[in-house]
Amino acid sequence: MPKVEINIDGVNVLVEEGTSILEAAKMVNVRIPTLCYHPDQAVKGSCRVCVVEVENQRNLVAACCTPVSKGMKIKTRSKKVREARRTILNLILADHNQECLACVRNGNCELQNLCMELNIRDTKLEKINKSLPIDNSNPSIVRDESKCIKCGRCITACHEVQGVGAIYNINRGSEMKISTPLNRKLSEVACVYCGQCINVCPVGAIYEKNDIDKVWDALEDGRKHVVVQIAPAIRVSLGEEFEQDPGSIVTGNIVAFLKRIGFNKVFDTNFTADLTIIEEGHELLHRLNNGGKLPMFTSCSPGWVRYIEYFYPELLDNVSSCKSPQQMFGALAKSYYAEKEGLDPKDVVVVSIMPCTAKKAEAVRKEMNDSGYQDVDIVLTTRELGRMIKESRIQINELEEENFDDPLGISTGAAAIFGATGGVMEAALRTVYEVVTKETLENIDFKDLRGLAGSKEATVNVGDLEVNVAVANGLENARKILDLVKEGKANYHFIEIMCCPGGCIGGGGQPIPGTNEVKEKRIEAIYNVDTLSELRKSHENPVVNILYEEFLKEPLGEKSHKLLHTHYHSRS
Amino acid sequence: MVNLISRACGKISPLSIKEYKNNGGFKGLEKALFNMTPKEVIDEVTKSSLRGRGGAAFPTGLKWKFVAMEEKDEKYIICNADEGEPGTFKDKILLDGCPFQVIEGMIIGAYAIGATKGYIYIRGEYPKSKEILVKALNILREEGILGNNIIGQNFSFDIEVRSGAGAYVCGEETALIESIEGNPGRSRFKPPYPPNKGLWGKPTLVNNVETLANIPIIMELGADEYKNYGTDSSAGTKLISVSGSVVNKGVYEIEFGTSLKEIIYDVCGGIEENKKIKFVQLGGSSGACLPEELLDTKLDFDELSKLNIGLGSGAILVVDDSICIPDFVKNTTKFFDHESCGKCTPCREGNRHIIKILNKFTEGEATERDLELIKEISNVMKEASLCGLGQAAPTALITTIKYFKEEYEDHINGSCEVGKCKMKKGVAANA
Repeated sequence: MPKVEINIDGVNVLVEEGTSILEAAKMVNVRIPTLCYHPDQAVKGSCRVCVVEVENQRNLVAACCTPVSKGMKIKTRSKKVREARRTILNLILADHNQECLACVRNGNCELQNLCMELNIRDTKLEKINKSLPIDNSNPSIVRDESKCIKCGRCITACHEVQGVGAIYNINRGSEMKISTPLNRKLSEVACVYCGQCINVCPVGAIYEKNDIDKVWDALEDGRKHVVVQIAPAIRVSLGEEFEQDPGSIVTGNIVAFLKRIGFNKVFDTNFTADLTIIEEGHELLHRLNNGGKLPMFTSCSPGWVRYIEYFYPELLDNVSSCKSPQQMFGALAKSYYAEKEGLDPKDVVVVSIMPCTAKKAEAVRKEMNDSGYQDVDIVLTTRELGRMIKESRIQINELEEENFDDPLGISTGAAAIFGATGGVMEAALRTVYEVVTKETLENIDFKDLRGLAGSKEATVNVGDLEVNVAVANGLENARKILDLVKEGKANYHFIEIMCCPGGCIGGGGQPIPGTNEVKEKRIEAIYNVDTLSELRKSHENPVVNILYEEFLKEPLGEKSHKLLHTHYHSRS
Repeated sequence: MVNLISRACGKISPLSIKEYKNNGGFKGLEKALFNMTPKEVIDEVTKSSLRGRGGAAFPTGLKWKFVAMEEKDEKYIICNADEGEPGTFKDKILLDGCPFQVIEGMIIGAYAIGATKGYIYIRGEYPKSKEILVKALNILREEGILGNNIIGQNFSFDIEVRSGAGAYVCGEETALIESIEGNPGRSRFKPPYPPNKGLWGKPTLVNNVETLANIPIIMELGADEYKNYGTDSSAGTKLISVSGSVVNKGVYEIEFGTSLKEIIYDVCGGIEENKKIKFVQLGGSSGACLPEELLDTKLDFDELSKLNIGLGSGAILVVDDSICIPDFVKNTTKFFDHESCGKCTPCREGNRHIIKILNKFTEGEATERDLELIKEISNVMKEASLCGLGQAAPTALITTIKYFKEEYEDHINGSCEVGKCKMKKGVAANA
């Protein structure tokens, strides 16, 4: 693209032709305000907060969707522009439920920030905001329409990123709103509870169900033995809630906090991630050797599982029967661990900290009661953990780091990378290779499978066998692979699918904002956790081996079958 | 009044090829396809100074050139027959009276820009017209005037009729394109403009029915003779739809340069008995309201632009003095509130606030601050809305505040001179 000279607020700047005014302004250190704009989404141009004045143009133009052209003279802060932006913001505010003090996004709200930045001092228009019923019909996601500012970012996430289409804008004019088909509750439509809509919502119109108090109550109940597990992706993202740079690793601080507030044991989902690799790896080998259904899909992502149950039920036999690491943990905590500690499983409360909103729904699936009780009792998102820490007033950044408890707190680097797209596949390959060939895998870094690309593939020689693997993240990318599989055009043996873009580090329960820029840093940190681990292959996890010796006996054995495997059903 | 574009309307049987041909039909098409290159056709249209008759008055030749310049195998031409502007019913006259002429214009356009497929997007409320169009297209296919190798030439083109469900915004070209694509009718931001990226992302020419009906005439007469009609700055004629308090309401073809006064008094027979003219709204509900003092204004693009207003669709609503301005504008705004697609903030939110505030005017509860507020909101709608709908929606409000400010002030002071509004105590001020 040729470069053109333009003038922004009196400063000449050379930019590529076709660059948006919004981007061009950044080059002269002006950040034009935006609301419907999201760096990882296609430009919408609908909120009009980013209007600027262009010389010789009849009207103001939206900076996000107006490309620069040669000689353009732009004013980003003239009286006309400032007044227009304030009026637009006032129009939005008049239909926004301004109960900011009791809002989940208080302090992290783009609308709130804009009002501050644009000097809104009076909201002069009559309030037309109606109090509308809150949809909390499902275990994962709550919608509060009264807060919605109709930016459309959630729709892009649901349609273009996830290809689910549970929400869309309906009606027109001032009646336009974002809703489900036929205005139903979220629980009554094909929503996979991935929470990607939450991650892009600029305000508090959509958020996870709050389960914090259930945890406090359990901790205060003297009769209960409360254990907690944290997912791989939490440790590289929670710091963002406490002014740490994205990608900061805060594992030890989280463990210290959880111990401080009274959990009887602080365990690690990474332990059962290692266990998943053993079970899932053997399941793959079993399918390969016995003419089982191939390709096999991973099953650790509950949003993905809901997706295939809704949209591709004919492929459910291709999904690994392994429970997710969260659910394997729950089942073991209330069987193996309870037995070992002499506890009555009915008194054991299992809490999970997950980067995910769909995990809340996974925990209450009727299949997830194999210990005799609901295997996982309470699921908190990363954001909820952040809120809990704040409420406790404990200064997590100041805490001395502590280690996970034995036995379910021991894990390898292979488990850590479960948190990023490609990680489950990489971990599985490290193990499958060595189990099959009985040789040591020299280069254990499968770099082709890493990174934010929507889908990736590789061919790996495992002994005599060429194993074709694929990885997809984001359900729209998954759909493309599913269509190939359905048409018989995919010759993969094993496919890892993570529901959320980037994998669990981009989960619907993660700190906001979670832009691609942030996600890349979280991914980098995840691989650092791996590299810094003493052990980096799941089958080398000593406690997993003890678990088999003492309890499970063998992978895919009778106990495993009962506690660690599950089944799925069509929702279509 | 003239009979140039509408010369065959009402005179011929609409679906008779023979009668159409006897009245000059397909002479333009033959001339273009037999004797002219596409470039020459575009040059001729450019030379004719034809400007879009749908409302925006964009130079037609230039628009054609933009599409022709795009080097793509697939291009589309769309006839915008979504005539939704309130008070506008002139395209219906052409569609019902002489559908072949509109289609002939489309075929010539397709030849000029290199389109192989065309769509006529007709509003859902015109089922009869749609039926006629479908029949007309079938007749033309049978006659070899549509389809493969049109009139024996190495040029193939066909047309499909599509219909909306009645949304006003679908008359806006990008919303229209969305609707043809099967999406809800919501405007796209521009650029990219349809000539570069339109239907299915391909270069697309969208022209109004009347614009296209001009094309065969321009081809037949040649640009020079065509320009004998109208003024130097506005060539040709305009179909106007006149309604309101005039004696003879209806569609008329007039030459550019005719004044509003001539239209009302000479063409339409003046104002109905016992009524006095208050203002004229030009261009439909999205048009400006002009007071009696401006009735000498001529329908001429240059003259109108000096007043900072547009001709719009050519609808002329003559309003008498029994109408209360804030009440009238409130009704207009209700229309736009209902028809806004809801995508951009100013249009989605602005209309309903204006209605609320105008309610205060008509109920005698408005203050000076309310007047300032509606000015502010209407200004942002005009300046910052995403598409023409939102930008034009407050035109009646803006122009009545300009020309009839005292009537708003009277309402603030508790009186409605026409006695329409129930003021504070439930009693009309001068009742």
